[in-house]
Amino acid sequence: MTTETTAAPGRRARHLPLGALVVAVVALLASVVVAACIGPATLPWPDVLRALASLLPGVELPGLSEQQLQILWQLRVPRVVLGALVGGTLATAGAAYQGVFRNPLADPYFLGVAAGAGLGATVSITTTIAPFGSATLPLFAFVGAVGAVTATWLLGRSAGGRAAASIILAGVAVSLFLAAIQTYLQLRNVERLREVYGFLLGQLNTAGWGDVRTAAPWALIAVAGMFASRRLLDVLAVGDVEATALGLSTRRVRLIVIGLATLGTAAAVSVAGLIGFVGIVVPHTVRLLVGTSYRALVPLSFLLGASFLVLADIAARTAISPAELPIGVVTAFVGGPFFLLVLRTSRRALL
Amino acid sequence: MSRTILRRIAPAIMLTVGLAACSADTPETDATAAPDTTSEAATEAVAEDTAAAAFPVTVTHDLGEVTFDEQPTSIVSLSATATEMLFAMGAGDQVVAVDSFSNFPAEAPTDEDLSAFEPSAEAILGFEPDLVITAYDANDLVASLTAVEVPVLVFGSASDLDTAYAQWAAIGEATGHAEEAAGEVAEIQRALSELADPAAGAELTYYHELDATLYSATGSTFIGEIYGLFGLTNIADAADADGAAFGYPQLSAEYIVEQDPDLVFLACTVFCAETATTFAERDGFGSLQAVQGLDVIEMDDDVVSRWGPRVVEFATSVAKALAEVG
Repeated sequence: MTTETTAAPGRRARHLPLGALVVAVVALLASVVVAACIGPATLPWPDVLRALASLLPGVELPGLSEQQLQILWQLRVPRVVLGALVGGTLATAGAAYQGVFRNPLADPYFLGVAAGAGLGATVSITTTIAPFGSATLPLFAFVGAVGAVTATWLLGRSAGGRAAASIILAGVAVSLFLAAIQTYLQLRNVERLREVYGFLLGQLNTAGWGDVRTAAPWALIAVAGMFASRRLLDVLAVGDVEATALGLSTRRVRLIVIGLATLGTAAAVSVAGLIGFVGIVVPHTVRLLVGTSYRALVPLSFLLGASFLVLADIAARTAISPAELPIGVVTAFVGGPFFLLVLRTSRRALL
Repeated sequence: MSRTILRRIAPAIMLTVGLAACSADTPETDATAAPDTTSEAATEAVAEDTAAAAFPVTVTHDLGEVTFDEQPTSIVSLSATATEMLFAMGAGDQVVAVDSFSNFPAEAPTDEDLSAFEPSAEAILGFEPDLVITAYDANDLVASLTAVEVPVLVFGSASDLDTAYAQWAAIGEATGHAEEAAGEVAEIQRALSELADPAAGAELTYYHELDATLYSATGSTFIGEIYGLFGLTNIADAADADGAAFGYPQLSAEYIVEQDPDLVFLACTVFCAETATTFAERDGFGSLQAVQGLDVIEMDDDVVSRWGPRVVEFATSVAKALAEVG
């Protein structure tokens, strides 16, 4: 890695401020604990804390009834864990896409992931075939997402022209095409429309440990890969020509990072549906707080994204409790105005 | 871009779908409807005479009033419930086409390409209708048809049985079958009051599940009214206390488990292929007392989502389930 030489030891410390890291970790832990205590089912929070403390070896604190323990461990905690995993993965993938394309508007759904996953999920919902039981929908959505980005990559490459721009345009074309098929299928099967919309608006309501098990391995591999690539993203940030001059194969880096970000995004959306704004709002917020270096941006985006979605999900399940609000509505409601605020107050370049 | 637009109309569609008719073939025969239709055939001749005398007639529907100078003879129905009502009141002969969801009764002229959710005025006009009945004014359907002077009646999802009875009466008047419609309503009311047994479920709570995303129907829907005949208490009521979800809220999983309903009625068994087994296999649901006591009841999607003649069948299946629990 030629890139190692560009960062002097003194500068590296500034790139990942320890203070910010500690704050982000504490914020995530705090959001998780608060989220475990709040929900439509009335579990007394001191008892929930006792139940959580019982996870520690040698601690055994009773308090919750058998049914309340079921609610906590089978419904609420997996939902919180999945929210953290999905939020963190989407934010990290968003940062990675923005870096790869040097485009502040890039988000995890940029290259057709959303349309592909939406189509896969719609096919699974409307055909009622379930060869893999409850894992069928996530699998279809995952295949759709990865397939869509693969198509975008191949089309973008064959189109020629400037690499990044033609891939972005291919992504637009693939998205529109797949969305058209998805819309058609959904209109031919309106009796399943509620479930299709459930996916399109994002859903953590029906999350269970099964979803965590399905998504976690892929999401974590992808996040680890993006962590490992964060220095390469810093080099890429100086521009294709300069990066090439520094000895970097921009095309190969782009392919690897897009592959990792897509893998993570596909894993996240396959279980949680299309939750918007996390992937775009969180990385930009981190940029404003600690600067644009990807060495700080990637890990902090993961932590902040995880906290953000865990907190947003508290709103989703309590705002009109015991009814549910789609999580995508909450993230967009908070994320939209926030994003405008960021754009208005920020005079420094976002990338 | 298109997704943004879809998101905007999503809530409206979701509501409509909450009561949407389903297009699957339901092979089961309807024991209660059969004798009705034959007895009506006998009085058909008498009805025709009185029908002609009843026109012109002005009928009130969800979007206003429509006046008919003569009896419609070429009806297109885009509402599965209206289709069932039309055939039950003996207006089936006047019906020329029904939408893809109108799968009952079997003799209804179902056109698989006729969509009630994305209706095409041109496709409908192809049948040269003199009356179109729909549950949902999509794609500016009413404006388009009114512009070419084809009368349209809109009867949306009935919020309660009285609204359903009013729809029976209006469709009866519009088609010249006011008496038969009144007879059907009287018969439904008689059958329901016979089945009603407020003591049967007075101590019991229930959860009516529209699909696996945990959408439900509250007590203030015609669905809830049927369960109410048996004194059952609906766990979804708290989720839509202000009626903002029009009686069809999406519940939180942990709320359902906390409420631990005595009975669970699954209303998407045909389309979503939900069964008592798939319900029990969900995370955290296995411990519910309804699952433990085998009180998860699989209902017919169509019967429990339409407010037409088969509400009696709906009530009968609830009564049967309660008898098995008791």
